Amino acid sequence: MGQRIDRDLRRFRQIVRGVVKKELRKYMKSGELLGRRGRNVVSIPIRQIEIPTFRHETRKMGGVGQGDGAEGQPIGVGEGNQPGVAGNAPGQHALEVDVSFEELAAIMAEELELPNIHPRAREVIEADAGRYSTISNTGPESLRHFRRTFREALKRQIASGSYNYRQPVIIPIKEDRRYRARRTIRRPETNAVILYIMDVSGSMGDEQKDIVRNESFWINTWLKSQYKGLETRYVIHDAQAREVDEDTFFHTRESGGTRISSAYQLAAKMLAEQFAPEEWNIYIFHFSDGDNWGGGDTQQCFNLMEEFLLPSVNLFCYGQVASPYGSGAFITDLASHFDGHDNLVLSEINSKDEIYDSIRAFLGKGR
Amino acid sequence: MIETHELSELIHEIEGYARGFGLDFFPVIFEMLDFEEINMVASYGGFPTRYPHWRFGMQYDYMGKSYGYGLHRIYEMVINNNPCYAYLLNSNQPVDQKLVIGHVYAHCDFFKNNAYFGGTNRKMMNEMANHGIRIQRYMDRIGREEVENFIDVCSSLENLIDPTALFGEGLGRGTAESEDGPDGEDVPRLRSKEYMDSFINPPAYIERMRRAQEEERKKQEKFPASDVKDVLGFLIDCAPLPGWKRDVLSIIREEAYYFVPQAQTKIMNEGWASYWHEKIMTEKSLCPSELIDFADHHSGTLAVQPGQLNPYKLGYELYHDIERRWNSGRFGAEYDACDNYDQRENWDTGAGLGREKIFQARAVYNDMTFIDEFLTEEFCREQKLFTYAMNDRTGNWEIDSRSFARVKETLLFSLTNMGQPYISVVDANFENRGELYLKHRFDGIPLRVDYARATMENLHAIWSRPVHVQTVVDDAITLYSWDGSNHRERMLGEKSAA
Repeated sequence: MGQRIDRDLRRFRQIVRGVVKKELRKYMKSGELLGRRGRNVVSIPIRQIEIPTFRHETRKMGGVGQGDGAEGQPIGVGEGNQPGVAGNAPGQHALEVDVSFEELAAIMAEELELPNIHPRAREVIEADAGRYSTISNTGPESLRHFRRTFREALKRQIASGSYNYRQPVIIPIKEDRRYRARRTIRRPETNAVILYIMDVSGSMGDEQKDIVRNESFWINTWLKSQYKGLETRYVIHDAQAREVDEDTFFHTRESGGTRISSAYQLAAKMLAEQFAPEEWNIYIFHFSDGDNWGGGDTQQCFNLMEEFLLPSVNLFCYGQVASPYGSGAFITDLASHFDGHDNLVLSEINSKDEIYDSIRAFLGKGR
Repeated sequence: MIETHELSELIHEIEGYARGFGLDFFPVIFEMLDFEEINMVASYGGFPTRYPHWRFGMQYDYMGKSYGYGLHRIYEMVINNNPCYAYLLNSNQPVDQKLVIGHVYAHCDFFKNNAYFGGTNRKMMNEMANHGIRIQRYMDRIGREEVENFIDVCSSLENLIDPTALFGEGLGRGTAESEDGPDGEDVPRLRSKEYMDSFINPPAYIERMRRAQEEERKKQEKFPASDVKDVLGFLIDCAPLPGWKRDVLSIIREEAYYFVPQAQTKIMNEGWASYWHEKIMTEKSLCPSELIDFADHHSGTLAVQPGQLNPYKLGYELYHDIERRWNSGRFGAEYDACDNYDQRENWDTGAGLGREKIFQARAVYNDMTFIDEFLTEEFCREQKLFTYAMNDRTGNWEIDSRSFARVKETLLFSLTNMGQPYISVVDANFENRGELYLKHRFDGIPLRVDYARATMENLHAIWSRPVHVQTVVDDAITLYSWDGSNHRERMLGEKSAA
């Protein structure tokens, strides 16, 4: 019986996976999954796998209820919550399927053909890779340690004086039982940090921020599947840069000008102080409309990148988001200055349709 | 948890009480399952040997999750079969087990005695296993994906059956056998002498008869001759399908019919079981120490979510109401005619027929006829029933009316044809091109267009020629068509012309 349902469950998951994969481009464009994040899962509404039947238009149908209330008073009956007078199956629920982030990342990898990342740095952190090499007072009966249990029982009986050496009967009670248990050992694990930098100057509007938010969701999902410990940090800048939390990051709007070097300076400082390149896999994603202040600021950015940022990071991604005021020159400057640099990825995102390709460009390097 | 020998004693004890009350059931086989197993069995509609299909996996996924969130818990399941199978959740407390066992016996009594279950296969456990094996064989032979896709198509048409087909000839499929019509050569004439003929058989009469005959003949030419509600049966007989598809379709149809009476008697069946578990517990089996737990669980079963209808509660209250009324003689012409409030309130002839009446009711009614017969205005008021409707302006469901007539009408509508749209085959050779023409009998509620279209595509996959569905949209008779690549929509006329 177990196998039977497992098979059907597996098949169901497979179908869900197929649908999500097919719809991935749409999800990336619309960003509808962002609002459906749980701790470990995303609940994805899936209408496509519902089996259609001829049915009534529920909104026109109404029904009978029971309880107090005057005519015209609203009642809390949502769609699909028609009273259960007809039908014998509990089949009338909205189709929402929980997909874990790992699974989502796997689907992404398949659809975008993402290569796995070869980690660069190593640091020792704790990981649960146990062996059954210790003893515990609790555990499943299948792991009961017979000899230890016997010994405990013997000790207890001798101590309490109920041991009779003429008739050495040992009867273990619950407290005597000992079980084999796992021991957690420490093992090197890779660690990663993502540093998001965003231009919040006046020219970056809500639509641009939506694009960034959307991209960051997919980037996080992917990198989370590749590293055990993933930290994310956020930096916003206009003419000055500061580190903020996620919420502020997406909701701040300043009116000032743009000095990109301020953000790179802060990034370099953060890396130097908190994330040593030999211990961390570092990812920098910078989003801006590319309209940098003149007066040699761009040159200053190049210097910072050359001297410090590019040698320290796995990947430096610059996404230029087109704003209503047009797209700046920063991306072309970068392209001409750093031609053929291995860990620098540039991508122009002119509309939500291009999110898909930009994510693919960013993560397709396998670094 | 409860030990097996204790449980078997409990079962024995409660079976005795149930028989003592006059319940009459098939032998019952109890099985103890943990919550995962019971969710599994429930996903398969109670039949662990059912054919493989992903939607059972989906059901299981959903149940596992909502169990995890504490949203639902299945205490028992009973399968209509001889012997009955009853699955109990092994983590039930002893007091819960008692209640549930009483509940189970009442369900079994209902399965055995209610007329609507008379036509069901009492060896369904075996039959489902056979279906499972047949479908598995097709999968091995033809390929899992293809068979599965075809099952998807069939399940999409599952509700196109005729609930009344379980009576009479049963499920044997005799569609539209063309009987020999009247010879039609000549209109039958009354015998008369020749000189009287034009008076006894006036030309106008002859003409009328001829026309009637003509129409009759036209009907014969039409196929099917009369509308067929059992669309699935019709497709099995007439659609161009290879053997295995025909067999799969007939499996889906047979299983759909098996579940019909359960959908038709939800209120009655659950009400009956709740009525009896309460009787058995409070009059026989309950220990004083268990009272609180029993009360808690029992009231949970009968609880009404704000604004909703609980079939357990409705059925339970109706049986009690019937028992009270027939005990005090509140039925018949004299009582109905009485319009003195005080008199009605205190009416008591000491008839004492209550128990007998509810046993009779459980044998001959289904939900629809039960509500039609026994839902009284007093009951409707006492139970605070109301109808609700969508207020398009605010987008809320709102209490619409507390009028008895409206409540009853709405309730009956939701039970008609098990709440499903009433659709039948009208013409299988539409426009003489072998196209399938279905008609939706419009009762005021339109079809959901997106679902209807998707379903038509599935219908086309079976019929393999264009498919049409006639329905009413915004007071206009409308014909939806799908020819295999395009959806079309055409207005045929005003509703009044229907």
